[in-house]
Amino acid sequence: MRIFFLFLTLLCVPPVGAEVPQVQVTDAWVRATVPGQQATGAFMTLQSAAPLKLVEVRSPLAAAAEIHEMQVDEKDVMRMRAISQLDLPAGKTTRLEPGGLHIMLLGLRAEAKAGERTTLTLVLEDAARQRQEIAVNAEIRPLNAPH
Amino acid sequence: MKNFLLLALLAFLAACGAPEDATTAAAAPSFHAKEVQAHYGEGFAMTDHLGQRRTLADWRGKVVLVFFGYTHCPDACPSALYRFSQVMELLGREAEQVQVLFITLDPARDTPEILGNYAPAFNPAFLGLYVSPERTPEMARAFHVFYQVTPGQTPDRYSVDHSVSTYAYDPAGHLRLEIPHTATPDEVADDVRQLLLESG
Repeated sequence: MRIFFLFLTLLCVPPVGAEVPQVQVTDAWVRATVPGQQATGAFMTLQSAAPLKLVEVRSPLAAAAEIHEMQVDEKDVMRMRAISQLDLPAGKTTRLEPGGLHIMLLGLRAEAKAGERTTLTLVLEDAARQRQEIAVNAEIRPLNAPH
Repeated sequence: MKNFLLLALLAFLAACGAPEDATTAAAAPSFHAKEVQAHYGEGFAMTDHLGQRRTLADWRGKVVLVFFGYTHCPDACPSALYRFSQVMELLGREAEQVQVLFITLDPARDTPEILGNYAPAFNPAFLGLYVSPERTPEMARAFHVFYQVTPGQTPDRYSVDHSVSTYAYDPAGHLRLEIPHTATPDEVADDVRQLLLESG
């Protein structure tokens, strides 16, 4: 079932513009929320054929989406910072995963319900500063589950 | 002669027992987590998500695990609370002798209602606790927990950098362990069992 969804995820990355996407997005998911909760994280694996930058993310679930870098220092203090763009070097795999990078979804308009799916729009910029958008279909995974 | 043999047998048995006792005595209880001896937060009054006034003394007789965070936290907090839900499963019936507390560092946004939806989502027994935004710095000082509000792109989109260690209090109500965020569920369960064992 999981493989089937992964396959669906791959299928659901069509170019929004006319250009062929140079980036492959797999294992995209959003952490479910409880009623009233205002923010959550989105995660995915990106692989780009050409050097690209992830410059913006949009989600129908949230008023804003930011690219965040999370680190835990030697004193066990978690620090989180928004970064304006994320480099996707050619041929390399960039993972947005728990314990590291994530997309922070802020100002949630609705509860992110486990088992449902949602779309994340990624805005990518190439070396010539040409932008393209791709739509990623992401699974909403339970709050209380291994990821 | 009969008595002598009996005495010899007793002496032999005692001698056999001795090294074993010595080994047991030498193996002091050891924990995976860092041991601390302090009184952080003991006696500090808070309110739980059901509206009841609480201090840590309310859970005497249980091991109390205290984690500080906020529900806007996209990653570290749910990961920590998920880990404690796994610890509870590993402990089986002993889980009844454990209380997990999630104390918010962001009461301005984490209303009792949100806390009441959030903490029990990981395990129905987990409790969310808060004090007023004005008293939150005082609460953090009482528990010696670090946190720092980092402004976001709009005033309501700040994030909170914070310590992701968990405190473990023994059934007598004393702070004993500082569990790092890297601890596995098995390690935490081991340490909890050890604290329960000590208290008999």
